[in-house]
Amino acid sequence: MASDLLTTSSDSGPGAADGLGRARDGERTALTLSGDWTTETAARREAQLAALTPWSGTDLVLDLAAVERLDTAGAWLLLRTAADAEASGLAVTWQGLSEARRTLVEKVADHEDAPVEPKRPSLLDGFVARIGEKTVAAGGNARDLVNFLGLVSLALLRNLARPGRLRVTSIVYHVERTGFDALPIVGLLSFLIGVVLAYQGADQLARFGAEIFTVNLVGLSVLREMGIILTAIIVAGRSGSAFTAQIGTMQVREEIDAMRTIGLDPVDLLVVPRLLALVIALPLLTFYADILGIAGGALMSWVVLDITPFEFIQRLQASVEVRHFFVGLVKAPVFAFAIALVGCFEGLKVTGSAESVGLRTTTAVVESIFLVILLDALFSVFFSVIGV
Amino acid sequence: MSDSGNSGGDLAIRVAGLTNRFGTKVIHENLDFEVRRGEVMGLVGGSGMGKSVLMRTIVGLNRKAAGRIEVLGRDVDRLSDAERERLQGRWGVLFQDGALFSSLTVLQNVQVPLRAHQRLSPRLLRELAEVKIALSGLPPDAAHKRPSELSGGMRKRAGLARALALDPELLFLDEPTAGLDPIGAAEFDRLIGDLQRALGLTVVMVTHDLDSLYAVCDRISVLIDKRVRVGTIAELERDPHPWIQEYFLGARGRAAAAARNRETSSGAADPSTADPTAAPTRNGQEV
Repeated sequence: MASDLLTTSSDSGPGAADGLGRARDGERTALTLSGDWTTETAARREAQLAALTPWSGTDLVLDLAAVERLDTAGAWLLLRTAADAEASGLAVTWQGLSEARRTLVEKVADHEDAPVEPKRPSLLDGFVARIGEKTVAAGGNARDLVNFLGLVSLALLRNLARPGRLRVTSIVYHVERTGFDALPIVGLLSFLIGVVLAYQGADQLARFGAEIFTVNLVGLSVLREMGIILTAIIVAGRSGSAFTAQIGTMQVREEIDAMRTIGLDPVDLLVVPRLLALVIALPLLTFYADILGIAGGALMSWVVLDITPFEFIQRLQASVEVRHFFVGLVKAPVFAFAIALVGCFEGLKVTGSAESVGLRTTTAVVESIFLVILLDALFSVFFSVIGV
Repeated sequence: MSDSGNSGGDLAIRVAGLTNRFGTKVIHENLDFEVRRGEVMGLVGGSGMGKSVLMRTIVGLNRKAAGRIEVLGRDVDRLSDAERERLQGRWGVLFQDGALFSSLTVLQNVQVPLRAHQRLSPRLLRELAEVKIALSGLPPDAAHKRPSELSGGMRKRAGLARALALDPELLFLDEPTAGLDPIGAAEFDRLIGDLQRALGLTVVMVTHDLDSLYAVCDRISVLIDKRVRVGTIAELERDPHPWIQEYFLGARGRAAAAARNRETSSGAADPSTADPTAAPTRNGQEV
């Protein structure tokens, strides 16, 4: 008997040290398996079995009588080996299988390969395809948002025509959450921006001996731009995202579907109050941000330039017309409308999973900040054309 | 039942003197609980009696107030990190809704435990995951789907495939048939019975489903008054406790028992005779 031993010991029987012995007898190959054939040893067993290929001869015998432990991983490796051998034209016989092990092997054998995973496109193809997909998605999103704008506008008109139907409690609650609760953070950040503007302005203007114009700089930039933009961005991050998360969670728990079946309109119930609340709250917050921004500027002017607060206010009254204040303030309701609209829109777009709530919330913040800045740019163009 | 072959000497789980409390609310008090190797243990009890808490405590997700827990012969409180990791490779847990990782496909979900505990070639990794997916009764094309694209029943099967990934000796199932339709539930029961016999598993199964109890469980533990009462269904039916009487001998219990009797008398496989784990084996993992 021509023995071709893979094992370190000279015995291919049950005692084979690493669990696999091979004996060749003419056209017949016998594999004597022993030890553990489990998930734990699978990596080693796979390498051992791979070393047996290519197959030759006509018969292969798998003898499992000496195997101590066999699990699905071991059974699968043996099945795979048997299939390989059969593909090379060998007839495979299994020996030494107990009833239970036979069941196991049959269970494992009874499976189909998963279909091949769809191939990833090449880097360039993928890039081009993604640009296309994103463009189409953005277009679709814009269209849906305009649709939603129409839907909400109608609901708003319907509600304003019959003010008795307005959910006053809900509106007041949301004014408190989006407006009153935002006072500390909006106030602090506006004040700091006022400080920064005054400091930077003073530094540059001092070179021309024009320190006093710091007052103009702070007054104009805070009233026209900084106050409103800063507030709108904070509110978009704070309240727009909260709207999405609240409505999205309700969507996940099918609360919105429940409303519809009861005959309540989620737009009336959820969107209109939030929208009106934000349209009320954001101008108020902006006014407050303007005051604190200018206060920050005044403080810095006092510290760096020795302009007393009294002088500062005098100078402010003389040089900054009240229209600049209104230019800033008039943008607030528009921004508020955009932020609330996007927040609610993304919330209603949430589908079944909790994951999509997070995804939509992020999208809502990015979209509303984008819209705020875009609208601000449009306002600038508009104001410069009409000469305000 | 398989207990005859195991004679109680070889325990997969031994819980002694367990106490669990949340705040002032005592869930378990001086509770003893034992599961023999190779048996299917059903865990029942009213809502809020701490079935899931007991299971979560055994697998280490819940900190106990007092008591001693041995799993597969190891005291879970006296394990080094490496030993604990090894033990975690020897059990599988199926959570109620599958608890699949939502960012991964089913195939990748099943590979997670394999990657965490073994170093396998990519080919073997894929093939073993495919074997587990087929074992749990999922169609092959489910492999590349994400959990959100699956139905509740398929998510449970995928969760089972992941729980089986490492060929565990011990399988914990938390309400495996809850939320499935009766046909799906019966299929799932059969699947668990088949796998338990083929792989020689020890199964601990929290359930409300009387049909499951009659179909697959060897013994039942009833959580009552912060303790456990154990027995076969026949033994428990004789227990005078009113909750147990109502549970097994109420209308639903009788219907499930009747259904089970019809099945066995019509010659369907009876686990008490076809159970290969009853054969003398060195441990429950072997087949």
